[in-house]
Amino acid sequence: MSLADARAICPELATRPADLPSEKAALESLRRWASRYSPMIATEGIDGLVADITGVAHLFGGEEDLRADLDARLARADVNGVTAVAGTRGAAQALVRHGGGIVQDGKLAEGIGHLPVSALRIDHATADALARVGLPRIANLINLPRAPLSRRFGPGLVLRLDQALGVQPESVSAEPEPPHFGVRMTLPEAIGLQSDVMAGLARLLDRLCSKLALHHMGARRVQLELRRVDRATAKVEIGLARPMRDSTRIAALFAKGVDEVDAGFGIDCLRLSATLVEPMPPEQIGGGPTLKTDDALADLLSSVGNRLGFDRVLRMIPADSQIPERSFQLVPAIYSTAEPAGPRKVTRRPITVFSPEMVFDATGQRPGTPPARFRWRRMWFSTLRAQGPERITPEWWFDDPAWRSGMRDYWRVETQEGPRLWLFHTPQSPGWQVAGEFV
Amino acid sequence: MKTHFDLSPADPLTLIAARVHEAQGRGRRAFALFQAARTSGVLIWIMPTHIPELPFLDALPSGVNERLHLFRPTGETDLLWSVEEALRASAVGLVIAEPQQSLSLTAGRRLQLAAEAGQTRGLMLIRNEAGSNAAESRWLCESAPGAGRDSTLQRWSLIKNKKGTIGSWVLDWNGASSAFNMVSEARERYEQAPSPG
Repeated sequence: MSLADARAICPELATRPADLPSEKAALESLRRWASRYSPMIATEGIDGLVADITGVAHLFGGEEDLRADLDARLARADVNGVTAVAGTRGAAQALVRHGGGIVQDGKLAEGIGHLPVSALRIDHATADALARVGLPRIANLINLPRAPLSRRFGPGLVLRLDQALGVQPESVSAEPEPPHFGVRMTLPEAIGLQSDVMAGLARLLDRLCSKLALHHMGARRVQLELRRVDRATAKVEIGLARPMRDSTRIAALFAKGVDEVDAGFGIDCLRLSATLVEPMPPEQIGGGPTLKTDDALADLLSSVGNRLGFDRVLRMIPADSQIPERSFQLVPAIYSTAEPAGPRKVTRRPITVFSPEMVFDATGQRPGTPPARFRWRRMWFSTLRAQGPERITPEWWFDDPAWRSGMRDYWRVETQEGPRLWLFHTPQSPGWQVAGEFV
Repeated sequence: MKTHFDLSPADPLTLIAARVHEAQGRGRRAFALFQAARTSGVLIWIMPTHIPELPFLDALPSGVNERLHLFRPTGETDLLWSVEEALRASAVGLVIAEPQQSLSLTAGRRLQLAAEAGQTRGLMLIRNEAGSNAAESRWLCESAPGAGRDSTLQRWSLIKNKKGTIGSWVLDWNGASSAFNMVSEARERYEQAPSPG
């Protein structure tokens, strides 16, 4: 049914667009939870889970009790689910799409015989054709000779039928768990010295880094949790300027954070986890001078960033705007790469810019020229010569409070005192302001 | 005696390597960019968060913008710490910093040791008379009014030098590259001109 038809029938229908990624994530987390019932569990389609419970059911007291337990837990978590248990994957799937239930061992044909043929994971055309020749249920198919069925409806139908009845094996292939980059160490005796914690950290880092190397990953953020004997937890987190798995260089960054930790009555558990990892392919060690420079710079950015904060370690990259203040951006250096600036502008630009500052006591001003004498930052300046104007209009699609005063006429003013200033005049609300200083 | 300092730089405007220098005056940022254009390697500019002036990307000398990193610490302690850390990093070519308080002798000496350890140059953009005695050289930088149109005259005076003489230069540097024109300045005669004939 289309949405328009549904709205025509029920005008107060509340609708929301399907959020497929988060549904997938929810199904994935449900899969992780459901692994309590079986080690082999996989997602099935967009809304199903299939688990291989061979040799597992007796741990929960039998198949009935397992299913009852699963239903109860799903109901408690407000998940509307249908469950079925059967001897084969095909039969279980057929059953769960038609109400759920349990098929006893050795009674597959009876258990799913009453279901329509469309439960067999076949396409609609085949199901329609089967219904038209008078074979609407699975029970009708079971006793038919396979060869004519296969010739008339294709091999897919026979394959699905055999899989449901257990003639053809079909296994559950569980997806591999994503690797977890965390290691921990529990100590028999509490420690309190900084050197002891650093020694423990070095051992943990060795293990973490070899795990990272195994998966070709590098850490971007590493967190150390120190659990004290009184169950309080201290956390030390560091960031890295680029993906890294070099234990000695990471350990050096922890020194300051560990120094500030209050050990209380002692620390008896250390847990180290890489909270943010990025792919990092293996690279040849002992590279050329470029690699060494990159390494040294990355170490510097890491150590400075961990103390000042990574939003204070910046790089300038060009941006696409005519407005001087927005023609470049300050971005964190560790999340960006250097970009060469575009071709040089023909018009000269000041080497430093700042947010505009008013000039005072402007005198000797003829219309259309900068003032002959003015005061700025408690200093008097007299204009020697001026170049301009260069008119810059605000970007109308971008509401910038600084540009509410309208367009600006920029002048390069050489002063008798030496400084060469970047003055602008706002014709729509008359006044002169200084926005920068030239070489 | 052989020292590991280059005692006689190629021209007087070159800063001695592995030392920390100071620049004061209104044109100190221009001087810093001039030195940045002449230095190879990574450039670090450390300025406190509350300083309104920012280098303008479009007008930086060629080759500077890709290498420039800005650190913006909040306090003076953090600033000095990051200067020292940057000076110790061997990848860095020039560290430019704008301390807001006068540098003590201890701080200046520590920075010199850091620059020696990392074989880097440091340039402190100080307020007038806020330098430290440990500085290798101190420059007074002012921009000068020029006679012609579109002039970019700079008057850079070396007012302190531990390993050489002081001096004053007027040069024409337009900020686009590391090239500059030395301007020979008219000077008053100390002795009487020989009478012709």
